[in-house]
Amino acid sequence: MAHGPAKGFSRWLFTTNHKDIGTMYLWFSFAMFLLGGSFAMIIRAELFQPGLQIVDPAFFNQMTTMHGLVMVFGAIMPAFVGLANWMIPLMIGAPDMALPRMNNWSFWILPPTFLILASSLFMEGGAPNFGWTFYAPLSTTYAPPSVTLFIFSVHAMGISSIMGSINIIATIVNMRAPGMTYMKMPLFVWTWLITAFLLVAVMPVLAGAVTMMLMDIHFGTSFFSAAGGGDPVLFQHVFWFFGHPEVYIIILPAFGVVSEIIPVFSRKPLFGYDSMVYATASIAFLSFIVWAHHMYTVGLPLAGELFYMYATMLIAVPTAAKVFNWITTMFKGSITLETPMLFAIAKVFLFTVGGFSGLMLAIAPADFQYHDSYFVVAHFHYTMVAGAIFALSAAVYYWLPKWTGKMYNEAMGKTHFWISFIGFNLTFFPQHFAGLAGMPRRIPDYNMMFADFNMMSSIGAFIYGSSQLLFLFNIVRTITHGKPVNSDKVWEGATTLEWTVPSPAPYHTFTTPPEVK
Amino acid sequence: MQQQAKRLLKLALNPVLVLLSLMSSGVWAATAEKAEHWRGNMTPGVTEVGHKIYDLHMLVFWICVVVGIIVFGLMFYSVFAYRKERHSEPATFHENTKLEIAWTVVPFLLLIIMAVPATKVLIEVYDTDDAAQDILITGYQWKWKYEYINPNGDNVTFFSNLRTPESEIGNEEEKGSNYLLEVDEPVVLPVNSKTRFLVTANDVLHAWWVPELAVKRDAIPGFVNEAWTKPTETGVYRGQCAELCGRNHGFMPIVVNVVEQEEYDQWLAGKLAEAAELKELMAKEFTMDELVARGKKVYERNCLACHGANGEGGVGKAIAGSPLATGSTKGHLDVIVNGVPGTAMQAFGGQLNEVDLAAVTTYQRNAFGNNMGDMLQPVDVYKFKKGQ
Repeated sequence: MAHGPAKGFSRWLFTTNHKDIGTMYLWFSFAMFLLGGSFAMIIRAELFQPGLQIVDPAFFNQMTTMHGLVMVFGAIMPAFVGLANWMIPLMIGAPDMALPRMNNWSFWILPPTFLILASSLFMEGGAPNFGWTFYAPLSTTYAPPSVTLFIFSVHAMGISSIMGSINIIATIVNMRAPGMTYMKMPLFVWTWLITAFLLVAVMPVLAGAVTMMLMDIHFGTSFFSAAGGGDPVLFQHVFWFFGHPEVYIIILPAFGVVSEIIPVFSRKPLFGYDSMVYATASIAFLSFIVWAHHMYTVGLPLAGELFYMYATMLIAVPTAAKVFNWITTMFKGSITLETPMLFAIAKVFLFTVGGFSGLMLAIAPADFQYHDSYFVVAHFHYTMVAGAIFALSAAVYYWLPKWTGKMYNEAMGKTHFWISFIGFNLTFFPQHFAGLAGMPRRIPDYNMMFADFNMMSSIGAFIYGSSQLLFLFNIVRTITHGKPVNSDKVWEGATTLEWTVPSPAPYHTFTTPPEVK
Repeated sequence: MQQQAKRLLKLALNPVLVLLSLMSSGVWAATAEKAEHWRGNMTPGVTEVGHKIYDLHMLVFWICVVVGIIVFGLMFYSVFAYRKERHSEPATFHENTKLEIAWTVVPFLLLIIMAVPATKVLIEVYDTDDAAQDILITGYQWKWKYEYINPNGDNVTFFSNLRTPESEIGNEEEKGSNYLLEVDEPVVLPVNSKTRFLVTANDVLHAWWVPELAVKRDAIPGFVNEAWTKPTETGVYRGQCAELCGRNHGFMPIVVNVVEQEEYDQWLAGKLAEAAELKELMAKEFTMDELVARGKKVYERNCLACHGANGEGGVGKAIAGSPLATGSTKGHLDVIVNGVPGTAMQAFGGQLNEVDLAAVTTYQRNAFGNNMGDMLQPVDVYKFKKGQ
């Protein structure tokens, strides 16, 4: 009955196994994380001092654009899909994903897509240079020729995401082990179920936006060109109708990860499970009605501005409930601070800092001063890097023993954590001040009054960036030289189903479903 | 003994405390040291609205700080007090409806405390009525155009370009204190008088932001957005474009010169006289020397950044010995007036007046070793534009 995987390259190319596909997603996203990170290093190197030193402003714009696109679509999103692939079947007691062949395809679309996107760096006119938000008409009438490749790759990653999400929904709805009701699912599964619905709802909207761009560029339409009767602001409405849910697509699975890790290392059940589920659902709902808070300065009517301000502020309520639940879970627990727990606590701490600056940004009149400044850059890196990437690091350390059957080096893990933590804060905390002092985002050069902040930021970025190489080294070393864990459970406080299968998890698991009481 | 020392060390290394104290001490030390040209907080600026926005910002900030101290305090207390070595038997509780309701209601109430003043200030920001003067601001790649709207006569119009020399940007010369925040011609506003800005753009999106005036408005082609300010102190206030607008997004600053009413009136009268003079110049027959002298100035303001001080080229093509500048006058003028679509060469037809267009074209044809000997008069440019 038991049979292993095929050998060689065809194993990976033709695989329909959720663990193989999860592994490929994770390695792919790590590669993209390093690529997007190296773009960030170029940005920070140029901004180390006032004056133009290293790159031309035109190339600088390509770097900010590609950094954003690669990190959002190439690193963070595929990393969470990789976790979903690996862990959802294991956590709900399913033998595999519901649609394994489609699963293979959703992954294999990605590498060529990003190859196309990255290759545009070598085209005449350069890579996309209009920011990851690609506002028209800079991204249409005034765009470099590579914009067409960019549109094609956005379409392709959209298809990949939609297929991946459908697969996740189908798996969760149909393949839960007997006895696992919805309200017994691990929170990571819950957050992914909600995220998958968000993805299915908004990726087509993004596809619509880039299709309109394509039409404007090549087929003579004027969706976004005022000269032809179109509306450049329409672009922003369509983009952010996708873009705001998108940030929750990134953060909700991260919430799921820490909701798994904190109870395990506190040796105490998650506090307020039901309210966590409802809070996640309310955040998802609210994410659809707040998009114009990214557009407070475009000249919305007063009534619109007030509506978006109030709706945005409301998001603080369910988000705060989640933070309180995590803290109450730790309260009176029996806590140990292994690397996954360190990253999870730091995620809660730093994400909350990002939440505070988010609340400040929600206040529309104050946003007239914050908008498009480095304050915004600081805010969203606190949510994206500390909120999502710290959670991803936590997840990798947490599940690595299950994936490989070997234990990572704890001292190296902790070192990675502390260097990341210090580097991250040194990078992004000063950016709050730079923004408040008046530094606009996306500029390659600046007045001396911003110099100190930028130098701190750049030093922090180099520290944070290099700490990721330690992370990579630790993972590779675990695979090659790690100490076998010899236990199914690995972590003392673990309770979910993935800890009932052997470590490393065999190629096929739960071929007979477990009974959930 | 050893264990105690270890525990102490652990406590001392409490990362967050270390980090926070490092950061705050660093930040405050730096603030004290360089307070005169270094700030790390939002400016209240020089308008009443700006002060209200600042107060709102600080209100929300302090609420966040207080909530943060409580929440993070509880969090780190839990992490330290309930470590396994101290607390090996975890509690088992996992829900409490009353608690859940409390931490839903309390944040909601805090939000209302913030929303009430925010709404008031927002309504004020949106009240653009009863302005004493209107200025139409148009964003261009990569400069600002200001047009003082005069209902009883001609508008006063001018462009405002970055004045920081390339040599400072390229680190060949020491940077001045207003590095990248200086322009050749600032906007002038009267103090204690309400000015309404009508903001639009000519090509891509831009955003007009001057922190001290508490104004940020997107400049969008095809739309006219409104904003207003009423500065209460004279002085020079600097800002930048805040919306990514292409290569030189970081190089299109804003300088606002707020002056006494009388000084403003004088300035405006002077600008009107200049405009009247220009009208006369339109009909004048210039000599070659006059054109070249004027053209040189126009070149330095508008062309030099891309085409080089000696016409050697750079971002733009070389002008020295170029087939265009040594070909027909009409073809040469056509490129300057209409630009080259899809390249960085802009259409200057709408940015420069006929006198300057004639002068700069003539200059390019008779400088940098180009010895065409021909010239263009303003009237020729006028006819060319008319004929299009």
